[in-house]
Amino acid sequence: MTVNGEHVSHDVEPRMLLVHFLRETLDLTGTHWGCDTSNCGACTVLIDGDAVKSCTTLAVMCDGHEVRTVESLEVDGRLDPIQMGFHERHALQCGFCTPGMLMTARALLDENPDPTDHEIRVAISGNICRCTGYKNIVSAVRWAADHEAATTTEV
Amino acid sequence: MQVPAAFEYERAKTLEGALQSLREHGPAARVIAGGHSLLPMMKLRLANPDYLVDINDLAELSYIREEQGEIRIGAMVRHVELLRSDLLAERFPVFRDAEQVIADPTVRNRGTIGGSLCQADAAEDLSAVCTAVKARVVVRGGAGERVVAMDDFHVGPYMTAVGAGEMLTEIRLPPAAGAGSAHEKVERRAGDWAIAAASAALWVRDGVIADAGIALSAVGLTTVHVRRAEELLTGKAPADELFAEAGKLAAEDCSPTADGRGPVDYKRHLAGVLTQRALRRAAARASEQEV
Amino acid sequence: MATVETENLPSPSAERPIGFGRLKRKEDPRFIRGQGSYLDDIRLPGMLHGALLRSPFAHARIVSIDTSRALAHPNVAAVVTAKDLETLGLAWMPTISYDTQAVLAGDKVRFQGQEVAFVIATDEYSAQDALSLIDVEYDPLPAVVNARKALDADAPLIRDDKTGQRDNLASPTWEAGDEEAADRVFAEADTVVSRDILYPRCHPAPLETCGIIADFNPETGQLDIYNGNQAPHAHRTVYAHVAGLAEHMIRIRCNDIGGGFGNKVPVYPGYVCAIAGSIVAGAPVKWIENRTENLVSTGFARDYVMHADMCAKDGRITGLRVDVIADHGAFDSTAQPTKFPAGFFHICCGSYDLQASHVKVKAVYTNKAPGGVAYRCSFRITEAVYLVERMVGALALEMGVDPIELRMQSFIKPEQFPYETTTGWTYDSGNYAETMRVAMDIAGYEDLRREQAEKRARGELMGIGVAFFTEGVGAGPRKHMDILGLAMNDGADLRVHPSGKAVVSISAQTQGQGHETTFAQIVAEELGIPPEDVEVRHGDTDRSPYGLGTYGSRSTPVSGGAVAVVSRKVRDKARLIAATMLETRPEDLAWEKGRWYVKGDPEKGAMIEEIAARAYSGESLPEGMEGGLDAQVIYDPPNLTYPYGAYIAVVDIDPDTAQVTVRRFIAVDDCGVRINPMIVDGQIHGGLAEGIGIALMELLSFDEEGNCLNSSFMDYLIPTALECPDFELGETVTPCPHHPLGAKGVGESPNVGSPPAIVDAVIDALHETHGVDHLDMPCTPARVWAAMQGRPEPPQ
Repeated sequence: MTVNGEHVSHDVEPRMLLVHFLRETLDLTGTHWGCDTSNCGACTVLIDGDAVKSCTTLAVMCDGHEVRTVESLEVDGRLDPIQMGFHERHALQCGFCTPGMLMTARALLDENPDPTDHEIRVAISGNICRCTGYKNIVSAVRWAADHEAATTTEV
Repeated sequence: MQVPAAFEYERAKTLEGALQSLREHGPAARVIAGGHSLLPMMKLRLANPDYLVDINDLAELSYIREEQGEIRIGAMVRHVELLRSDLLAERFPVFRDAEQVIADPTVRNRGTIGGSLCQADAAEDLSAVCTAVKARVVVRGGAGERVVAMDDFHVGPYMTAVGAGEMLTEIRLPPAAGAGSAHEKVERRAGDWAIAAASAALWVRDGVIADAGIALSAVGLTTVHVRRAEELLTGKAPADELFAEAGKLAAEDCSPTADGRGPVDYKRHLAGVLTQRALRRAAARASEQEV
Repeated sequence: MATVETENLPSPSAERPIGFGRLKRKEDPRFIRGQGSYLDDIRLPGMLHGALLRSPFAHARIVSIDTSRALAHPNVAAVVTAKDLETLGLAWMPTISYDTQAVLAGDKVRFQGQEVAFVIATDEYSAQDALSLIDVEYDPLPAVVNARKALDADAPLIRDDKTGQRDNLASPTWEAGDEEAADRVFAEADTVVSRDILYPRCHPAPLETCGIIADFNPETGQLDIYNGNQAPHAHRTVYAHVAGLAEHMIRIRCNDIGGGFGNKVPVYPGYVCAIAGSIVAGAPVKWIENRTENLVSTGFARDYVMHADMCAKDGRITGLRVDVIADHGAFDSTAQPTKFPAGFFHICCGSYDLQASHVKVKAVYTNKAPGGVAYRCSFRITEAVYLVERMVGALALEMGVDPIELRMQSFIKPEQFPYETTTGWTYDSGNYAETMRVAMDIAGYEDLRREQAEKRARGELMGIGVAFFTEGVGAGPRKHMDILGLAMNDGADLRVHPSGKAVVSISAQTQGQGHETTFAQIVAEELGIPPEDVEVRHGDTDRSPYGLGTYGSRSTPVSGGAVAVVSRKVRDKARLIAATMLETRPEDLAWEKGRWYVKGDPEKGAMIEEIAARAYSGESLPEGMEGGLDAQVIYDPPNLTYPYGAYIAVVDIDPDTAQVTVRRFIAVDDCGVRINPMIVDGQIHGGLAEGIGIALMELLSFDEEGNCLNSSFMDYLIPTALECPDFELGETVTPCPHHPLGAKGVGESPNVGSPPAIVDAVIDALHETHGVDHLDMPCTPARVWAAMQGRPEPPQ
């Protein structure tokens, strides 16, 4: 499989969940987990461009597919507009839901570059945040949509 | 996080190969598609299959197309694809209604119609949808294929007509001429299972209901097929009072149990209200499709 | 003598304030890259993994525990039971409320989910597998689940481990106010209302669950702990006491914490097991709970069964009487200052100029998880404000007056501050009516009432709910507040380096509140050093001063006060050095942010960077002064601070399905001076979302046998972006007269004010049409519908 653009090959137990494969085997600890029942979305990554809960996916099921985690958003030291938007609009506090939110938002904007506030809220309705009350997250996604050409090294 | 017990895993390359593996490994083997019903149960160790057959590579089961006057949906079609399908939205908008309120968008990227129907949770929305639109499903096994009506497909709670060594492969929808359909759901919070939900489909010809389909989620041991209400409506002109009557029958004929989502009387009440609402919207949509 | 171009002063801007302002957060860079260091991200060489076996029963004798099959698992290093802990003296541990709690159950289990055995294995998956290999035989006992029945004569005794305990009373009745005076006021009243009001059990459920890595080095005797907890120094003191280890040999590091909300205040059995496990196994041991464990065994919130009467005379609220049964669960592990066993609940006298009040609280044991003080409760102020505001709403209904008008007539007036309440609080400052008016303006209150009337005529159900709160935060003064005998003071150490950049070490413990930014802003405000040049050090007991951590909204009032005071000490020292540098007297110098200059000759001055360089250099310093530019402070707050706010909720209720939608939420907070308004707003948004959860969907419920029915996120429901409206915030600023910055603290205010506003709105929607005058939370569709049918029930 490829993870963040790089080919990766490992022997794993069939029961190893993708989230653990990413965190433990590949040391990509940016993807988090927060529940047992596929509700919270903290584990959201992209598989072939779609947002997927990596806690509800076996690593082996990703054989032959492309996985992207939060670590892939910054390219050559330049942050993705969605990352910039979260910083600009104070869309994170404890930061624990943030990677999942960023990946969900990235997938949304890739498919719908100009979403309404309601469409943003629907898209992130599978990502729980306890800290922000979502208002600034919606604003951050809006910012990213409006600044899709922006990238920076300065944060 | 809770993790599953150990099991063996195989990636099926062909449908026949998958069926063969299921036959060989017997009841200890399960099919995994989207995995969003099975894996959570395995993590809680409520389901402990020894062998998983991954069918995600079976592209041959992933289609929405018209064939011989029917819309046919492959079992591997994901919820998000059902949501986005303009063909379905035009013919049977009940699917889009339901998909907007099934789980959350991220789960919808993976979960499949086959997986949902085979999970056979009484609260499952697509089961009610398929029952209301009078879908039939195709079950394939070693002995070949058979086509099963939804009533025969739902055998009991978490039990379907899919036997050992068999798989659900396709869902077939009848002609939509003159049809209007809708799904109404009440849940405690976005993404939750239904407290109650109602799917309704009306085929209207010359201002008269030629056929009706009404089914309920989460108010019985399995999907509740409200035949008495269908019979009441058939042959009559669509009308609010008629739908109110149908709602009453739906409330009477369901058998909800009390749980964290609500007590019996509230669920019965919802069954009635949502049936009425679904019928009203189905009728309005049918009249836009006047034959 | 130094001369300085004033153009060289760092120039502030709205984007990058030097001092207070909407500064974007310094801690963001790692989080937006997924480079936070949360507990489960930390790996130590040779680390083992622990898992806890928990009781399926709420109340049962343990007949036998057989660990042999688990021990035979090839990847299992050890299995620890109560017997093993007894030899280490660790089978029971003290709680913050001076009770004891079983670390692992020995004689019996007292709540579903209680810890029974601890497995240590080479990896997490094996540890979980091994749990099913431990055989425990239980002899079930009847369970006490309903707090109202806990003191019945035939209720089973839960705490038979406590000598002399004959019933399920956890702590005797605690009183505040004056019963006789209250009775007199009630006797003279025009209107009296009574209500039974339940604040149900809910859970803070931070997104990151609780966990620990314990690493005991047998050669050095050093115990290294990684743990996301809200009070690392207090925990270290507890471990030293409990484990008999030298306190200076224990180091606790809280790196990044994925939310606390009070859930990460207590010491949990899993922590003690991991420490014991590390000592026994001679290797680091990581234990991190899953979500079910978090919900069923860690510190829950609320569960207050309340009865209240409120009265009014001549259009003003005059008296309040409250009687509470507090459900503390199986062990009393509530967190609050020692002299306040009911926390600050007696602030339920509210924002009103009452003539008398009387409050009684008693606590009981039940066969449920221990806890009660958590979830941004400000030590029970959420319960207190919920109670008083619901009663004001009830009184307004009874009197047939507008609920805002009743409040306006009854508010404490600005000239009455500092105001001593009937239960002994001294509120510092406030202009309540003004804040209420700002909320009304933002809401368009008159228009809303008109809209409501029009909708009602059409059979649509719309409700407008109001809540006004005063809370007390920033515990607290050493003269009457301690936790486990530890003063609730916070330290701050500030060191300015020769380069003029600074490090401030604080004892507050952020779990998302933005301390790396706001505390840098305080130093920036006081010293003129840009915030990006001020490092905030925290979360490591080896590198931060002693203090009691972050909960009860105390970071700004206490640690913020400490940082302001320590910065001023540094500034005062800088003045003396500047006087020497400029060859003048200190009293001839004036300060502008970043610089001491000569009064009357402003070109002549010394910037803080130059003063710092001088302080470390070999050049002359004032007579008798030590070199360096640093200071240390332990701050003892003179009082709590009293933030307040006016909240208005607008709800729509579907008349047929009874679903409640929060259409709008207006929150006007007065938390005094705001260091970073962006962060303040963010804190409020988050708390309002939690309040929506509590009011509409969050509930920990149990069946008669004590089985928890909401033990996962499938059934413990937390609001998503679709349940939260676009919050509308306003502010008034009434500085705190005793706080060095005039700031008050705000983190818990939104949880305090929002649930009563929302429930009030639901009742308001249903009162005229359906005769509803009371409804307990959560206002789920089923429960609202039952109320509309005339039969509201409390949750089970």
